[in-house]
This record gives sequence, structure tokens and C-alpha cells, in this order.
Amino acid sequence: MTAISDRQKLAYIAAQAADARVNVELETEGMILNMGPQHPVTHGTLRIVARLDGEQVISADPVMGYMHRGYEKLVEVRTYPQVTTLINRIDWLGSFANEVPFILAAEQLMEIEAPPRAQWIRTILFELSRISNITLFLGDMAAQLGALTPLFFAFRDREFVLNQIEAVTGGRFHPNFDRIGGIKDDLPKGWLAETKSAMVKMRSFCDEMELLVLGSEIFEARARGVGVIPADVGLQYGLSGANIRASGVDWDIRRDNNIGLAYDQIDWKVWTHTDGDSFARFWVRLQEVREATHMVDQLCDGLPKGPIMAKVPRIIKVPAGEAYVATENPLGEMGYYIVSKGDLTPFRVRIRTASFNNVSIAPWILRGVYVPDIVTILASLYFILGDIDR
Amino acid sequence: MSSTDETPGAEVELAADAAPAETEAAAAAPAAEPEVVREPDELRDGLIQRLTELVGDAVVETHVLPGKDLWVRIRPDAWATVAHSIRFTMGARYFGFLSAIDWMPSPFGRSMDSDVDRRVHGFEDKPLPAQTTGYAGGDTRFQVFARVANIKEGWGITLKVDVGDESPTIETWTKVYAGADWHERETYEMFGINFEGHPGLRKIYLPGDFEGNPLRKDFPLLARMVKPWPGIVDVEPMPSTGDDEDDEAAGDTADSTAESAEGTS
Repeated sequence: MTAISDRQKLAYIAAQAADARVNVELETEGMILNMGPQHPVTHGTLRIVARLDGEQVISADPVMGYMHRGYEKLVEVRTYPQVTTLINRIDWLGSFANEVPFILAAEQLMEIEAPPRAQWIRTILFELSRISNITLFLGDMAAQLGALTPLFFAFRDREFVLNQIEAVTGGRFHPNFDRIGGIKDDLPKGWLAETKSAMVKMRSFCDEMELLVLGSEIFEARARGVGVIPADVGLQYGLSGANIRASGVDWDIRRDNNIGLAYDQIDWKVWTHTDGDSFARFWVRLQEVREATHMVDQLCDGLPKGPIMAKVPRIIKVPAGEAYVATENPLGEMGYYIVSKGDLTPFRVRIRTASFNNVSIAPWILRGVYVPDIVTILASLYFILGDIDR
Repeated sequence: MSSTDETPGAEVELAADAAPAETEAAAAAPAAEPEVVREPDELRDGLIQRLTELVGDAVVETHVLPGKDLWVRIRPDAWATVAHSIRFTMGARYFGFLSAIDWMPSPFGRSMDSDVDRRVHGFEDKPLPAQTTGYAGGDTRFQVFARVANIKEGWGITLKVDVGDESPTIETWTKVYAGADWHERETYEMFGINFEGHPGLRKIYLPGDFEGNPLRKDFPLLARMVKPWPGIVDVEPMPSTGDDEDDEAAGDTADSTAESAEGTS
């Protein structure tokens, strides 16, 4: 694997050097390429202003803010239970996962803990959000590289998971289901068995994608060696989730800093890849979806009985203090830094989203690449615009 | 770092003295000093000690939640130096985020608890509460805070720094953590905090001609000026308020679950 990748890297460098020579000889003139705000690769409205020299990018500057909604200001005038409705909309493809760190941070300040059954159901829904979110990424990344079929497979199979989420929460995309001290409702009858059969379907989807996309020569040629992120640079920019694990950093908040979720009670594995390129990022995410289906199976099997809500006051006032709780969301580390003054509303909430940090590496990584590789790199970094702009 | 600043000097000495004493006391006997009431936390006490050895009197104040988290307030003139030490010597290579807090109490709208809307009745009827600060203290209205982590050893640390009241300014972190670039741009536009030495300090989200700094507490949220506090409906005293003891006494889990779910939805 590495041999091929090295050879391809060398070929890439040689081609770039040859191109540079041509540019010097012919004294080509630069131009500015404007991608977006509406571009299929941007999952929303992100604009990339790239200065080009021939086919190569000299510098690229992402311009955002087309979807800035000011959540950090809005949550200051909302009670804690109202906040979850808003923050659902941050990463709209994995919205239940957005609620969990906020609720956990509030619970840490209030010094209450959800009962075990609530924690397990939270974990199941969290992983279902991950599966539905990354499933779309798998299809979408292939679509960016010219293969449209996987995208339709992804949309088709994601429904199995969304149906399960809808059956519990009533919402396909915005569940608003997590509560301080537990969750809103218990699972419906027969849900566990249905979920497990949905997981079987998702595993066959993963196999399908492995054959369709990873087995494709065109995909390999376009993704291998493109957009290599060294581990240290990635850490400096605060990359997290699959992006940093694809650079060989064995770090997963679910395993290393698990707060209030049931990850420590099931058997699972953190997937990493050493290449750090676009291919590795796709590969790691694919493995994570498959791993998540196994995790959901185990969670469904071992679900403890008991209450789903801890004792919480009717009117929730969070004691004064500060707390930062982060979880491993589908896109990476998402955390809420809550400053409370003992009121019904938070005094200040800093929303640390994964995509904001993940995309902040774009100016660094896009320097010197070819124009078609911009699409590959941005697609493989995988961001949701709501997660950048908040 | 070594440049002597007169104003924080006295405090810094105190804090530098206090920090090792605290760790010693915590390690030796928790009950020896009445001030040290918290449980000892080997990892985080050790971190404070290492940091104090590295940067000396740049550590102004610390706060530990045993087993959970650590806050350290840094002297303003040592902000970038401390970041450098933490990243390269203590191994906190992972940059989490950087942002700011405006500690001024909000002068707008009525708070959820009060009976009258202060915007309608004028600001005078209830004086603003005094400005307070959070963990690890603070002297100024604006504070910049950042979170970095050492993912190998598995700890994270929140660093805070006072940046002033009127024209807040602080050194940039971009030379230490390249990822601080966008975070500082965001903090600049949202709070109006100037980062010295930042390579391209300009707006990141808002349009270029936008005036004001939206996350400052004295920046009004227009939606709330038009229709103040719709949330008040949910938290008005209910007829049943006052018998909270009854709620707690009702031991039936099913009942209480249903009720609390109702109350929060």
C-alpha cells in the first residue's frame, strides 16, 4: 500500500515541478478563480477564492459567513431547555450529536448524572447520527469525484437509519430529544430488533461502498497522495475526528475522554490510517461507519433497564461555574464551553465546532495543489456549513 | 516574560507563592489548611507545578476541578510565551479553540427572574449587578480564553488572560498555534479585541461594513428588542409552584419522568 502511495506521490511532485518549469518558461499570468458560494462541494454556502498560476493554486482563501446565525448570542437569551432546539441546527446531518455535549456540560455544572438507561439510549442515538451523517459523506465524496451512483446508494440506505431515529424522537433531522438529566422518552416497542436489522443493511452498504468506491482505480488515482496532512500540522490547526485519525494520530474522545456516555462498556476499536491523504480520510470514515453499526448492535443487546430521567428541578437553574465538555461527533470534536452565573440562561456559551477547525487548515493545504484537487481535498475534509458558521 | 510590570507584580508574587504551597498541602495532608478544601488531583496539581517552574510568575491564578478540568490565568505580557512553553515543553500540541468573554452584566431586557422589563421601564429601576468573574478570577471586563490539550497524556487546560476594558489588546497566538488564525479573527470581530502581530486581522463572518461587536454584552439583540423574552412564558410561576417537596417526595419514577419531561419540553 505504501509503495504505491510513495510512487504516486513522487509522480505527483514530478508533475508539479514540470508544470512549474513550464510556467517559468512561458511566464504565464495568474488568475483568480472564485468557487462558490454555491458549489456542490461546499455542503452549504462556502466561497473559495483561489489565486491560480496555470492549473496550480498559489493561495486559497475560504470566505464564509453566508450562513452565520449568531448562535452564541442567541443562546444567551434562552433558557437551558430551549437551547437544544437551536443547537440542533449546527451540524444538521448529525443533529442529535449536537445536543449531547451541551447537555453533558450543563449536567456537569448541576452535578447530576443521567441514569444508565438514558446514557445508553443517548449513545445509541449518538452512533445512529454518526452513521446517517457519514453515510452521506461516503456517497457525496464519490459524487465529487465524478461517480454519481454511490450518492444515490447513500441517500437510499441512510433512510433506514433516519427511520429509526424518527421512530424514537419524532424528527428525522432535528430530534431535540436530549434533556438535562436524561432523555425525553423511552424507546418504542420492537425498536431494538428493527434497529439491529437496519444495522445489517448498513453493513452491507459499507461492503458495497468498499467495492464501488475504494475498488475504483479512478477514485484511487484522484484521492491517493492528494491533500496530505502531517499529524503535527493537523494538531496545530485543531483537526479532530477522522481527519486527524487519518494522519496516524490514535485519538478518539469516545475512548480517551469519555464523559457520560456508554462507550466504556462496549467492545470497539479506533481506526487510524497512516497516510494522511484524502484516500485515508475516506477509508477511516468508512471503517468508522462499520464499527458504529457493531457498536449499536452491542448497545441494543446490553441496554439496561431502569428510569430514563434523573431527579431534576422543574425550573432548571444551573449553578454558577464554568464547564467545557466535548464529544466525538461525526465531524470531530464538538464541545460547549458554558459560563453560568446561576441564572435560567447561560451567561456565555462558546460553541467549539469541528468543521471550523477542520476547514481552517484549507489555506495551508490548498497551497500548490491543482484545481481539480481542491474539490477532492475539500470533500475529504468533510465539513457542514452550519458547523462552520454556527 | 521577564519584563517587570508594576501593577500585577504584587499579585503575581502572591500567586506564585500560593501555587506550590497549595500543591504541597494537597499532597501532604488535605486537612492541614482550611483554604484547601478541594480533593487533591495529582495530574492537574503536577501540571500547575510544571507550568509554574517553566514560566515562573506568569501564572496569576489557577483553578482545579478535581478529576475534571484545569483553569490557569496568565499575566497579559506573557500570553504568547506561555503558549510556546505549553506547546513545546509540556506537549499540548492540540489546539482546541480560542475565544473571549465579556463579563459586563447585560444592560438589556429583563432578566428571566425580574417582574418588570427594564427596557420598557428604563434602566434605573434596578441597578445592574456587580461585574463578577469566573474560575481563576479576572480584573478586566474582557478576558480571552483558549483551550489546548495534550492528547498523549490525556489532559486539557483552559488558559485565560485579562485584556483590558476600553481597547482590549493581546498578543497573537498564530506564531505558536497556526490554527489560532481564524479563532482570533472571529474574536476580533465579535468582541473587538485586537491581536497584535496577527497576519491578517479582518472580519470573518460579518459583512465588511458591519458596525459593532455583536457578542459584547452592550450590543442589543434586535430580536429581543422587538419582542422581549418569549421564554418567560415557560418559566412563570405555576399554580403548583411551592410544593417542590411534593415533587421530590413522589418517588414513583414513571411519574417524575413524565413530569420533568413535560417541564422541560
